[in-house]
Amino acid sequence: MSYRNQFNAETQLKLSPFFDRTSQLNESQEWRRWSGYLSATNYELTHENEYFAIRTKAALLDITPLYKYLIQGPDAQRFLDRLVTRNINICKVGQVMYTPWCDEDGKVIDDGTVQRISERKFRITSAEPNLEWLEYNALGMDLIISDDSVTTAALALQGPNSRKILNAVSSDSLNSLKFFWMMDTMFNDIPVSISRTGYTGDLGYEIWMDTNDALFIWDLLLEKGEPYGITPTGLQALDIARIEAGLILLDVDYISSRHAIVESRKSSPYELGLGWAVKMKKKDFIGKQALGREVTRGPEWEFVGIEIEWSELENHYRNVGLAPGLPSTAWRTSTPIYKNSEQVGYATSGAWSPILKRYIALAHVKSHYSKIGTVLDFELKVEHFRKLTSAEVVNTPFFDPERKRSCPE
Amino acid sequence: MSGIKKYDAIVIGGGHNGLTAAAYLGRAGKKVLVLERRYVLGGAAVTEEIFPGFKFSVCSYVVSLMKPNIMRELMLPRFGLELLPLESTFTPLENDYLIRTADADQTFREIARHSLRDAEAYLRFGPLMGQIGMAVRPILETIAPNAIRPSLSDLFAGKKLLDHLKTLTSEQFEYLTKLMTMSSADFLDEWFEFEPLKSTMCASGIIGTFMGPRSPGSAYVMLHHYMGDIDGAFRAWGFQRGGTGAVSLAIARSAEHFGADIMTEAPVEKVIVKNGQAVGVALENGDEYTSDMVISGLDPKLSFLKLVDESDLPSDFVKDIKNFRIRGSSGKVNLALDGLPDFTCLPGDGHHLRGAISISPSYDHLEKAYDDAKYGNFSKAPYMDIILPSVLDPEMAPPGKHVMSCFVQYAPYNIKGGWDDQKRDAFGDAVVNTLARFAPNINDIILHRQVLSPADLESIIGLTEGNIFHGELTLQQLFSFRPAVKWADYKTPIKNYYQCGSGTHPGGGITGSPGEMAAKKILGQWT
Repeated sequence: MSYRNQFNAETQLKLSPFFDRTSQLNESQEWRRWSGYLSATNYELTHENEYFAIRTKAALLDITPLYKYLIQGPDAQRFLDRLVTRNINICKVGQVMYTPWCDEDGKVIDDGTVQRISERKFRITSAEPNLEWLEYNALGMDLIISDDSVTTAALALQGPNSRKILNAVSSDSLNSLKFFWMMDTMFNDIPVSISRTGYTGDLGYEIWMDTNDALFIWDLLLEKGEPYGITPTGLQALDIARIEAGLILLDVDYISSRHAIVESRKSSPYELGLGWAVKMKKKDFIGKQALGREVTRGPEWEFVGIEIEWSELENHYRNVGLAPGLPSTAWRTSTPIYKNSEQVGYATSGAWSPILKRYIALAHVKSHYSKIGTVLDFELKVEHFRKLTSAEVVNTPFFDPERKRSCPE
Repeated sequence: MSGIKKYDAIVIGGGHNGLTAAAYLGRAGKKVLVLERRYVLGGAAVTEEIFPGFKFSVCSYVVSLMKPNIMRELMLPRFGLELLPLESTFTPLENDYLIRTADADQTFREIARHSLRDAEAYLRFGPLMGQIGMAVRPILETIAPNAIRPSLSDLFAGKKLLDHLKTLTSEQFEYLTKLMTMSSADFLDEWFEFEPLKSTMCASGIIGTFMGPRSPGSAYVMLHHYMGDIDGAFRAWGFQRGGTGAVSLAIARSAEHFGADIMTEAPVEKVIVKNGQAVGVALENGDEYTSDMVISGLDPKLSFLKLVDESDLPSDFVKDIKNFRIRGSSGKVNLALDGLPDFTCLPGDGHHLRGAISISPSYDHLEKAYDDAKYGNFSKAPYMDIILPSVLDPEMAPPGKHVMSCFVQYAPYNIKGGWDDQKRDAFGDAVVNTLARFAPNINDIILHRQVLSPADLESIIGLTEGNIFHGELTLQQLFSFRPAVKWADYKTPIKNYYQCGSGTHPGGGITGSPGEMAAKKILGQWT
């Protein structure tokens, strides 16, 4: 029995404007839900080639499911500066800022990027829908908020060859576009915006376009990118890359304070490793007072990178007659972390890094145990039995290539 | 049926709460007799083949707050309890529709089609109501302490409650207070803007009460319905395979497994009271059975104003019971159909027919329906909560045919001039005509129509004034006040006479809770 005729795309899952292409290319037929969209898990039967495209060639990802809002008007700057923790007053036209935003208690609601498109026009991206929160905080301000999540399509082109590909299709050179800046250009008469941003910690760009141009641009990029190894890439590969880059993921590494049912699920920016993005010198912003108190008393938790020590892990496996077992994909099961048999934290995502050959994870630990070099005990399941194995608190990003920020001479 | 004339306990009424009490008492080793007036068990939770081949859940049609511990302790799955999920709520509109399904993404998308803001607010509303529901549950599950002359255990229960209330966050407390005092329309207006969403959500705030969506107090009734609990998952409503009668039969089989005797067509005339103490019952046919305890599963009016003499009761108690609000406000229309209803806004078969269909396009639709009732008429265009049992369980109707269950509000018990055949027919016509506005083919596919007015619910099922909850679920009739202050702990002023129906705490719906808690109270008193 098929009900397809009754529930068209209006009521069933959302389909990205790239779906006509991505659905053809998805050999694995594996999909995940991302904000109600069908999103390719991996296009090939395994994600490995896609992962290495991010790190050694160029990966093309459909990131349309991101929520996108346009903020326009005389008060747009004032509004955003009050909304987010970073200083939007110093954000220049063409600049992009990554920032979290908080509720009045200083607990993080979401994180994303703010693009300054013009003096009075910004775009803010988010992982979850935020229209209600934006409008709620815009009361009495002279600005217009519009949700262009559906009307603006977006692609991420990430990897060392991404600039070469864009230079091959774009009417302007990308050579002088700096990290976290953006520019408007044309692909064969079609206007696009390109920001030098991404979720991989590599050289990479995000391309913003009108939904109607989506397929044309997808085809153009694949054609011109072919000699540079452009590879349609799914979420599995992206997840490993973003862990290597030490980037947090909403609903995996933290829960929005708007949706946290209990207080203990909420996190401040300091507890998510985003203290650098909180500008306490700003005159005022939502959550400032609470965050000020937190600075005085020191955060209870910190968010850290840990590396699971290799030789001990190997021994655990050797003891049961096995070669070391490593996760083949990124995991997101909360995993306990101990010190002296007391639980002092939990890892929320982790992966074997194929490029670094290290087993890495992102973890919440009580502040006392967050110092670089602290050795903790990570819970490992070996042949159905729980073992503890050493893990060291290390600096993030785990992977931070020079090309991420550099420009060609 | 049984040669035994002396029982440990006699339960009057084979409704699902009476059966639950009997099963729990039997489980504790007591010899119990259940006496049912009708030929069939279940009370308002009953399945009957009213038209050949078509099985109707005649009155109560969905299962919600049935507690998982009751299902486990009485081994109900072994005796036939099979609850299927009701996946969606479909609100047909004149040119459009609203559907909420079990899938969060789909529901977000569908609400966002009407209002982006509402879609976002809805994400937060559900969990919050779940939290409030969780905060209220311990209150519902506590045997209501006697607030006037508390015993030691009452004090402990009161202390436990206070400790629990202290754990609520200020936000939870704020919303709890609002839910206790506001109208469901006002409460929802603080959250949402798309009216069909609000009017559909608030409909659960008027079910079984004589209130409109804008009547203060209706928000609590909404919360009460929000706490539907199946498999520990809040807010899940379920459909019992075979109709709600199969729930009653599962409990009856469990009670029998634990040694209970169950007699049907055995109407009780009186509780025999000697020296202020219940000692047995007399049937209408003159048979008498004696027992240590007598437990009434009937509503408070019948339990105290009919089964016993007023002279055996304190006058203030009699006054409280007489004041207990039990105004019937709803009717039930069950249809045997030749095919499926075809909704103009969403034609053909589909997901939307697998869940609840709510005729609640606007606040005004509901409030006008209430206006009719306020002045002694049935609603010309009523609110309806509809399900198609045969879509969920094909055995409810012959192959290719269907049954439709329409809960209809408002139909006041005290209708101008009283209920008669003509009014019943006119009421049935109003229901079908309202339905036909959204699904015009309905007139062509009706094979049989069963219309139950509140007067019918009273005369057939035995619900005073046809009130489906044995008394309205308004705040002043809940908890320590249900059914009367000082007598909310299943005891009555007559020694060894107990009550276990929906008219006791925590109230109506297929929950088994009053039956379970009454039995536990009785077992605690047994010496």
